[in-house]
Amino acid sequence: MHPIDFWSMIFVFMLATFVGIDVIRNVSRLLHTPLMSLTNAISAIAVVGSIIIAGEQKTTFSTVLGTIAVAASVTNIVSGFLITDRMLKMFRQPGSK
Amino acid sequence: MESLTQLAYLVAAALFVFSLRWMSHPKTARRGVAAGVGGMSLAVFGTLLHPEIIAYHWIAIAVVIGTAIGIPLSRVALTAVPQRTALSHAFGGLAAGLVGTAKYMIWLPEGELTAFRMGAISVEVILGFLTFTGSLMAAGKLQELIPTRPITYRGQNVINLSLLAIAVLAGVWLVIDPSRSFLFPVLITLSLIFGVLLIIPIGGADMPTVISLLNAYAGLAAVAMGFVLENKVLIIAGALDGSSGLILSIIMCRAMNRSFTNVLFGAFGQVQASAKGAVEQKPVKSATAQDVADLLEMAREVVIVPGYGLAVAQAQHRAFELYEQLQKRGIRCRFAIHPVAGRMPGHMNVLLAEANVPYEALVEMDEINPDLSQVDVAIVVGANDVVNPAARHDESSPIYGMPIIDVDKCKTVVANKRTMNPGFAGIDNELYTADNTLMLFGDAKAALGEVVKALAGDSGMGH
Repeated sequence: MHPIDFWSMIFVFMLATFVGIDVIRNVSRLLHTPLMSLTNAISAIAVVGSIIIAGEQKTTFSTVLGTIAVAASVTNIVSGFLITDRMLKMFRQPGSK
Repeated sequence: MESLTQLAYLVAAALFVFSLRWMSHPKTARRGVAAGVGGMSLAVFGTLLHPEIIAYHWIAIAVVIGTAIGIPLSRVALTAVPQRTALSHAFGGLAAGLVGTAKYMIWLPEGELTAFRMGAISVEVILGFLTFTGSLMAAGKLQELIPTRPITYRGQNVINLSLLAIAVLAGVWLVIDPSRSFLFPVLITLSLIFGVLLIIPIGGADMPTVISLLNAYAGLAAVAMGFVLENKVLIIAGALDGSSGLILSIIMCRAMNRSFTNVLFGAFGQVQASAKGAVEQKPVKSATAQDVADLLEMAREVVIVPGYGLAVAQAQHRAFELYEQLQKRGIRCRFAIHPVAGRMPGHMNVLLAEANVPYEALVEMDEINPDLSQVDVAIVVGANDVVNPAARHDESSPIYGMPIIDVDKCKTVVANKRTMNPGFAGIDNELYTADNTLMLFGDAKAALGEVVKALAGDSGMGH
């Protein structure tokens, strides 16, 4: 890999962390539990890496590992988004039923 | 094709940031979920375009399996959400660990293992697998499949840290010489063991911090995977997840006046023995449900302080009925929420929201404390340490320095407890013997139910 690529990834990581800290600090304290299930689902974006490994079928072993990883990530995506939405639906304003 | 994939990733990354931004208020939060789903779909679609993918059937099978596990996991009771969260950290860690392993196996014979790739793989595998077993242990403790009390033994910290050090050394050696493939299983095994040992000495009371910390690890594992795969959307999503876990851990530690090292290496359960019976045995004043109802009728401002005991007794709905009865009479009623009033960050808010309490009645500790001297009646249900005034003044108390909800400053405190039996929790609470405290004995659900009934009965006759 070109050293520029390496450094650009470090830059992306640093900036994303700053953005993350800033955005998360503004999250309502009411919503910290749904926040955790939401970030959980989002970080299951790891599925993109798993998909390539399961799909490129380099070796049987790597295909098996990739398939398990896809299943684990999809579990997080599906349950994470669904339960976040389920919890958020419960936060109601006064007067609304 | 490649630029289309990158464009999809770019938009996905932006949507993830918006998704979290919209979590700043309950009004916009559901839009945040929609943005997250949109970003995820785009990223997956962009990936499926990848020319290296030659077969889709294994992917399809895995998606079916993941969906089949994910749907029931999203329907668990809200009291079980901490376990579910710990499990999903475990899955996230597992995926990272497996992808790292697969990449090592693929690149090793191809001679593609540069020092940078090998370093990133080592970090990914160590973080991924320790998060996997650590989170499984945390989920097991929360589900009470394994003992929740801290398990400690002599030299624990030395053993744990040496294990981690050996794993890191193995990683460094692999970076120097990736062909030493016998080191790779060593790295995996040590990380798996370290994850288990890391959680064993941590007690049930520290679970909110531990879950947040594992969240940060899971995020960092995803970042490491992003470095391995040179995938920027993964780095961004992982960094967002990691910073969220970090911030929540800091909030939880502050709420308990503990440091990270203290949570991880301190084994909280042992300190409690030092709490001596320094509080002289003053008599307690006990009240009936009718007394409490009469007191509430005359109040203008009421605060309910729920602890996890409320959820254990399944009394959330009774608490809402009490809130409703008071609102009906024009009495202002709010819930005072301590950050650690639950098994994970924000847990109590979700439990009360499920019982229909509107979110505007849920007030954070820092926000409600200045108002408490104006409050006529505070009702403490299922909470103990978070309202113990000893945290403010008794330097010998194990909870000294922990921020608390200052209910003792309210005009009258009604504390619900099953019995006066002290000592079980280990820490005496002088609040119960204070002059302005009335004890309402009984199971939280039954006791609150009786108060509600007494209130409802009065309104039928009196007015």
